[in-house]
Amino acid sequence: MLSAVRQRLLILPKSLLGSTYQANSYATEATFKTSPYKLHLLETGPSTEVTMTRDEGLQYYRQMQVIRRMETVAGNLYKAKAIRGFCHLYSGQEAVCTGMEAAITKEDAVITAYRAHGWTYVRGVSVHGVLAELTGRATGCTQGKGGSMHMYAKNFYGGNGIVGAQVPLGAGIAFALKYQKKNNVCLALYGDGAANQGQLFEAFNMSQLWKLPVIYICENNGYGMGTSAERASANTAYYKRGDYIPGIWVDGMDVLAVREATRFAKDYVLKNGPILIETATYRYSGHSMSDPGTSYRTREEIESVRGKRDPIFNLKEKLLSSGFSTEQDLKNIESDVRKEVDEASEKAKTDPELPLEELYNHIIVDPPSDMRVRGCDVTISAPTKG
Amino acid sequence: MAACRGKSLLTQQAWRFFQRNFSQTTPVAAQLTVRDALNAAIDEEIKRDPRVFLMGEEVAHYDGAYKVSKNLWKKHGDGRIIDTPITEMGFAGLAVGAAMAGLRPICEFMTFNFSMQAIDQVINSAAKTYYMSAGMVPVPIVFRGPNGSAVGVAAQHSQCFAAWYGHCPGLKVISPWSAEDCKGLLKSAIRDPNPVVFLENEVMYGQPFEMSEEAMSENFLLPIGKAKIERAGNHITLVAHSRLVGVCLDAAKELAGMGVECEVINMRTIRPMDEETIVKSVMKTNHLVTVEGGWPQFGVGAEICARIMEGPSFNYLDAPILRVTGADVPMPYAKTLEDNANPQAGNIIRSVKKSLNIK
Ligand SMILES: Cc1ncc(C[n+]2csc(CCOP(=O)(O)OP(=O)(O)O)c2C)c(N)n1
Ligand SMILES: [Mg+2]
Repeated sequence: MLSAVRQRLLILPKSLLGSTYQANSYATEATFKTSPYKLHLLETGPSTEVTMTRDEGLQYYRQMQVIRRMETVAGNLYKAKAIRGFCHLYSGQEAVCTGMEAAITKEDAVITAYRAHGWTYVRGVSVHGVLAELTGRATGCTQGKGGSMHMYAKNFYGGNGIVGAQVPLGAGIAFALKYQKKNNVCLALYGDGAANQGQLFEAFNMSQLWKLPVIYICENNGYGMGTSAERASANTAYYKRGDYIPGIWVDGMDVLAVREATRFAKDYVLKNGPILIETATYRYSGHSMSDPGTSYRTREEIESVRGKRDPIFNLKEKLLSSGFSTEQDLKNIESDVRKEVDEASEKAKTDPELPLEELYNHIIVDPPSDMRVRGCDVTISAPTKG
Repeated sequence: MAACRGKSLLTQQAWRFFQRNFSQTTPVAAQLTVRDALNAAIDEEIKRDPRVFLMGEEVAHYDGAYKVSKNLWKKHGDGRIIDTPITEMGFAGLAVGAAMAGLRPICEFMTFNFSMQAIDQVINSAAKTYYMSAGMVPVPIVFRGPNGSAVGVAAQHSQCFAAWYGHCPGLKVISPWSAEDCKGLLKSAIRDPNPVVFLENEVMYGQPFEMSEEAMSENFLLPIGKAKIERAGNHITLVAHSRLVGVCLDAAKELAGMGVECEVINMRTIRPMDEETIVKSVMKTNHLVTVEGGWPQFGVGAEICARIMEGPSFNYLDAPILRVTGADVPMPYAKTLEDNANPQAGNIIRSVKKSLNIK
C-alpha cells in the first residue's frame, strides 16, 4: 500500500503532541495507492497513486475522529432526551465529507440531505455549533430553529429534509456560480434511496444541457431507511445513473480515494459540465434514532464493515505504516477530540434557548415595519424582524 | 394466574371457556390504539375486496415507518402490500392510474409532508378526472398517512394539510381523531368511489381509545361528511379536527370547573364539511371558537367562519367567532418556540373566555 515514503527528520515541538510526546522522526509526505475506481463514459479517471502529507493525514484523522465522536455524543444526548425529533447519524460515512472537503475550497458550495452533521462540521461549524443546534439552543448554528436536519453555513446550503429536493437546488447553485463567472463548483449530495426521485433526472438533464459546474454525489450506504438499494433501484450502479453524465465509482471508506476523485471531478466539471460520483459507504447506526437498524440487515454485516472497511481504521493504518505517526500520537489526538467534543456537549446542554419573541422573526426578509404575526390565538400578535 | 395454580387441568380449561363466553356475551369496551384501528381497517378491507392494495414507502417488509401496516405484508404478501422506492410523484401517479383502471389503491405517504412531491397527481390527476371526463373515469383511491405537527422535527416535517386539500373540489378529505373515527372512516374511505385524502395524526398512533363492540366489528363504517358531538354543552361551541379535538375536551373539562359548558364538535371530515352540525350547535350556544393545528390564513377555521357568516346561524351569534390555530410561522425546532407555535388548551380557554367576556 505504501509505495514511497519521503523521510525528513522532523523534531516536533512538545506542545503539538501533548505531554506524552517523545522526540521522534516522522515522514512528512508519502505516496499511497487508493482503492480502484470504476468509470462511466470516461476514458481516464482519477489517479490511484496519490500523495498525502503528514499534516493532511493528521488533519483528516482528526476530522473523522471528531465526527465519529460527535455522532456518538449526539446519540447519547438523544437517549438522554436532550435532542428531540429525528437525528440521523453519519458514523461510518466520515471519509466522504472529509475527503471531499479536502479537495474543494470554502468558495465551492455544498448541499446535502438531512444526514448533515459531518458536512456541517467540515464546512466550518464548530462541534459546539452542531451539538447546540441538536439541543435546540440559541448558540446552535441555526439558533435552534432548524435542528438536526437543517444546518447551514457559508457556502453550505443545508441540511434538507425532503428526499431528493436538494439535488435540483444544487444544480441551481451551480447555475448561479457559472452565471456569476465564478471558478467554483457545487457538490450536490443524495443517498441511494434518493437516487430514484424523479427530480434528480430533471436536474441531470438541465445541468448537462447547460454545462453547469455541479458534482452529483450519491452516498450509497446500502439502504434508504429499511429498504436495501437492490429492492429500490432497478440499476444499483449509481455512478451510471446520470446516463449521459460521466460517472465515477469510488470506495467511500477510503478518504484518499474520495479526495482524489473529487479533485478530478472539480477539474472536470469546470471544463465540461456535470459529473456524478458514487461513494460506496455504510451507515453504522439505524436510519434515525427510532430505527435499531437491525431488522433489514444483519449484525454480522454491520460488524464486518466495522472490522474490515472502517474509514478511520483505514486511514490509521496509512498513518502508521507510512511513519507519519505513532500509535501514541493517534491516541493523543483521540483524547484531545474526546475532550473537545465532551466540552462542547456540556455547553450544548446548558446554553439558553432563543427567547420567545424570536419565534416570529426570520419569516420573510425585510418585512413591512408594521407587519404583525398571529400567534395561536387572537390575543397574540407579534412584531417580526427579517 | 395465581388463582389457577393447583387446580386440575380440566378445571383450568373450563375456567378459560367460561371466560371466553363471558366476554362474548357482555359488551366490554375494548381498548384500541389509533395505529391498531387503522391496521384493522386496512386488513379487513384488503380481505374483503380483492381490488384493494396498499402501496408506499416501507409499508411491506418494514411494517410501515409508523408500523401502521404491521404484519400486513406477512399476511397478504407481495401482491397486496407493496414497497415502493422513494418516488412520491411516481408511485402516487401510478396508484391513480391503477384506480382509473379499476383497482382500489391505498396510497400511503410516509408523512403528508412528502405528498407535496406528488400534489399534482393528487389534485390534477385524482381530484379532477371524474369531472373532466364528464363522469366516465372515476378515481377510487385513498391517499393516507401521518399529518399535522409532529414533535421536534422542524419546518419541513411539521405541518397540517387539511386546508391544502380541503380547498380542492373533487376530493373528500378526512381528518379523524379517535380510534373509532380511524377505523370507521378509513373503511368508508376505501369503499368510497372517489379520491379520498385521509389525514392521520402523526403523534397519535400510540394513543388508546375505548372501542365499542360495534366499532370492533368488520362491518363497522362511519359516514364520510358527518361530524360528531363529543361533548354536549350550552354555553359555547368548539369545533376542531384531529388531535385538537382531544385538546378541546381537556379545555372543556377545565372550563366546566368554572361553570362554562362547552359543546365540542369533532369534524371528522373536512370536505364535504358537515355545516349542519356546526350551525345547529351555534344556534344553541350562540358562541363559536374554531380550533385547528394548521396555519390561520385561509384555514379550516377561516372557512367555518365564512360559512357561519353566509348561513342561518349568523344572527344567533352573541360574539365574533374566534379562531385557535397554529402560529403563522414555519415550525421551529427548539422546544419552547415549538410549544408556542402549536395551539394548547390555554389558547382555547383564553379564546372561550374572550368570547364569553369572562375576565
Ligand atoms: C420526499 C420524501 N420522502 C420520504 C421521506 C422520508 N425519508 C427520510 S430519509 C428516507 C430514506 C432516504 O434514504 P437515502 O436517500 O439512501 O439516504 P440515507 O438516509 O441512507 O442517508 C426517507 C424515505 C422524506 N424525507 N422525503
Ligand atoms: Mg442510503
